[in-house]
Amino acid sequence: MSAVEEVVTEAPAVEAVPKRAMTLGNGTSLVMLALFLVVPLLVKNFIIFQLTMLLIYGLAVLALNILTGGSGQFSLGQSAFYAVGAYTSAILMEHAGMNYALTLPIAGVICFGFGFLFGQPALRLSGVYLALATFALATAMPQLLKLGYFEHWTGGVQGLVVTKPDAPFDLPMSQDMWLYYFTLAVTIAIYIFSVNLLRSRSGRAFMAIRDNEIAASAMGIDVALYKTLAFGVSAGITGVAGGLGAIAVQFVAPDSYTIALAISLFLGMVVGGVGWLPGSIVGSAFIIFVPNIAEGISKGLSGAVFGVLLFLVIFLVPHGARQVAIIAQHLIGKAKKN
Amino acid sequence: MELFTNQILAGISTGAIYACMALAVVMIYQAIDHLNFAQGEMAMFSTFVSWQLMQWGVPYWGAFVLTLVFSFAGGIAIERLLFKPLAKAPILTNVAGFIALYSIINSVAGLIWDFTIKQYPTPFGSHPFLGSQLISTHQAGMIGITLILLLLLFFFFRFTRMGLAMRAAASLPESARLVGINTSWMIALGWGMAAAIGSIAGMMIAPVVFLEPNMMLGVLIYGFAAAVLGGLTSPFGAVVGGFLVGIFENLVGTYIPGVGNELKLPIALALIITVLVVKPAGLFGRPIVKRV
Amino acid sequence: MTAMLNIKDLRAFYGQVQALHGLNFDLNEGSLTTLLGANGAGKTTTLRAICNMVRTTGAIEFEGAPLAGRSTENIVRLGIAHVPQGRGTFTTMTVEENLQLGAITRKDKAGVISDIERMYDHFPVLKQRYTQQAGTLSGGEQQMLAVARALMLRPRLMLLDEPSFGLAPLIVRDLFKILGKINREDKVTILVVEQNAQLALELADQAYVIETGRIVMAGNAKDIANNEDVRKSYLGY
Repeated sequence: MSAVEEVVTEAPAVEAVPKRAMTLGNGTSLVMLALFLVVPLLVKNFIIFQLTMLLIYGLAVLALNILTGGSGQFSLGQSAFYAVGAYTSAILMEHAGMNYALTLPIAGVICFGFGFLFGQPALRLSGVYLALATFALATAMPQLLKLGYFEHWTGGVQGLVVTKPDAPFDLPMSQDMWLYYFTLAVTIAIYIFSVNLLRSRSGRAFMAIRDNEIAASAMGIDVALYKTLAFGVSAGITGVAGGLGAIAVQFVAPDSYTIALAISLFLGMVVGGVGWLPGSIVGSAFIIFVPNIAEGISKGLSGAVFGVLLFLVIFLVPHGARQVAIIAQHLIGKAKKN
Repeated sequence: MELFTNQILAGISTGAIYACMALAVVMIYQAIDHLNFAQGEMAMFSTFVSWQLMQWGVPYWGAFVLTLVFSFAGGIAIERLLFKPLAKAPILTNVAGFIALYSIINSVAGLIWDFTIKQYPTPFGSHPFLGSQLISTHQAGMIGITLILLLLLFFFFRFTRMGLAMRAAASLPESARLVGINTSWMIALGWGMAAAIGSIAGMMIAPVVFLEPNMMLGVLIYGFAAAVLGGLTSPFGAVVGGFLVGIFENLVGTYIPGVGNELKLPIALALIITVLVVKPAGLFGRPIVKRV
Repeated sequence: MTAMLNIKDLRAFYGQVQALHGLNFDLNEGSLTTLLGANGAGKTTTLRAICNMVRTTGAIEFEGAPLAGRSTENIVRLGIAHVPQGRGTFTTMTVEENLQLGAITRKDKAGVISDIERMYDHFPVLKQRYTQQAGTLSGGEQQMLAVARALMLRPRLMLLDEPSFGLAPLIVRDLFKILGKINREDKVTILVVEQNAQLALELADQAYVIETGRIVMAGNAKDIANNEDVRKSYLGY
């Protein structure tokens, strides 16, 4: 039966990104890698710090892309997983004296478990209902972190100070630069993992669930398993990002991880292009730099300017940075022909 | 026992606020099949407009009506200018649009009227209602207005041609077009009506929570929760949901130890979600059957 | 006889895929025409193209007025009723509300009320169920409701997309009898897209056969039914 005669059914809420287009081409990837390796050598420490945050938020947006763009589950709760990862690293480093690098996989695993568990009750919810549930999680987290019961570990309202690590083996670079390259290595590893995940059988299961859950289930896909798995993986990556964030920013405090962070990550995903992993870095850049630009344009109306800039972006490229990449690809293709 | 009944009654009073907001939420959901995060801000802005009119000497009910008209027109204008261009864009992009709108309205309101708290008048007075210590005349008035709104909406959707057309456009847009309905304008109308209802909610709530640009955030979230709890397609459910949320919130605050103001919201939300897990379409919602 | 619907060089596209490759055909006023073809041939696309529900190039004229650039709802208001594939019933609304929706663009309240009564005469089963939710009706009943809803528009032209789909043969026979009656008595021009070629050719006076987006045969329904290729491909003997 050809597609033309099919009966129209409800379109999936999250549109599909064709598998081919999931990543950048090899050439572009190499150029990006080169840029990421070389630029820090040329700029001041504070810019290096901002670049590190760019990578860290890029990871968090990437995680959301896997969850929403990959498995079609809408989450406004990523800030909760980020917070858990951040606090895990901070507590292990400051209370248990653990090496910073070791805290990351632990943060990742704990958040994976947390996400996997949260995915269970979330199975029965979708769309706006899931959004509400994840929203509840995100609003609860800062309050939980402030609870007197945990204060001995979490530092309560004031939070914890985190010691920034020095470069190992007495390498001649600043703390910021070392942390940047460390973060870059982690980011690349997670990026490659994510791309392979989405290309694997699990990834196909995610996308089948995203596009048509009933059909996926009828095909024999264990929908419950893969949905919770997606939540777990996404939470795990976000947790690692949170841990890195704690180290980079040098402290953790409950009010750093509010719903505003979750909303920012969501915006980052949309601006980057939902489901398009390379776009995560573009989204991250948007949520880090555009608010500053907005404040620069008008301190009193910074929120309004931000909103206007956001509207401009979504009017021009409703499908995010991925749309820009596709247009660029077309133009390059045309130029090559001529 | 008396404490319990008191808390229930108090919950119903605050619940009227959420019920009112929930009606606006359901209204917009009927029109666009989605929740609009900027609705609270639109209600807040409308309330400020009414306040400003009163500052300029317009009497309360005159300002009320003018604000209704302004909000209705404003809602339509926002939809036509900002969201009609996004009609073909993915839903998530539209959600980003709502967030952008939130940011703009909040910021502009802050600039025009600044963030200091202002008193807002109530047409119902604030004496004890029928001698009761728990419900003031204002709260009774709020409940009354919410119920009147509910009746008007019910009448509109069930017995008017426009209401029927809007329901059709929201339910099956393609079929609606095939009977000649301009579905695009139905959406605009839905926005206008939601904005107007929201403005009523704002003007009812402001005397209680005081007027300032961030007054609606908590209310909106509880309003969403109430609408979802009631079943997003049912105005009646929205009102019941609103009262239930008010009661939940009060009981949680009173009876669960160690829960201050900050944890009330997530716990109330958690309770609602528990209900949803059992009844996914909400208490009065229509169960959705999905075809492959 | 005047051509009510005039289609010239119609091409239709779903994204990059071209579904219709230059259709040319006419519908005469008062005729009952059937458009036959296999799955994927472009039958549904043709009906959707008439109502501007799919991207097209080419010219479509209805009673002399060009339809290009008009929105679907405006085309409907010109007097074209379209019963889509799958019937498009408003399942959450009652039978009577569905009928009222069919007439939502009409201004004559009294006429609408009397027309609803006429629909109940045509389709007694709908009268029995008039306060029931339309989604609870059987397939055949929903099809009757869809046709009735289309008639509430008082259309000049009615388009039906595979009305027999999923219905028992006896019900299809009844339905087609009613369509014939509507065509003759209410003077509604009808274009029926069908896979059930046999019944469609018995009902219609004109027929077109479409294959992969092109019209390959046109003429009298009787002649088409007797055509050897048609008999082999669509009638099974």
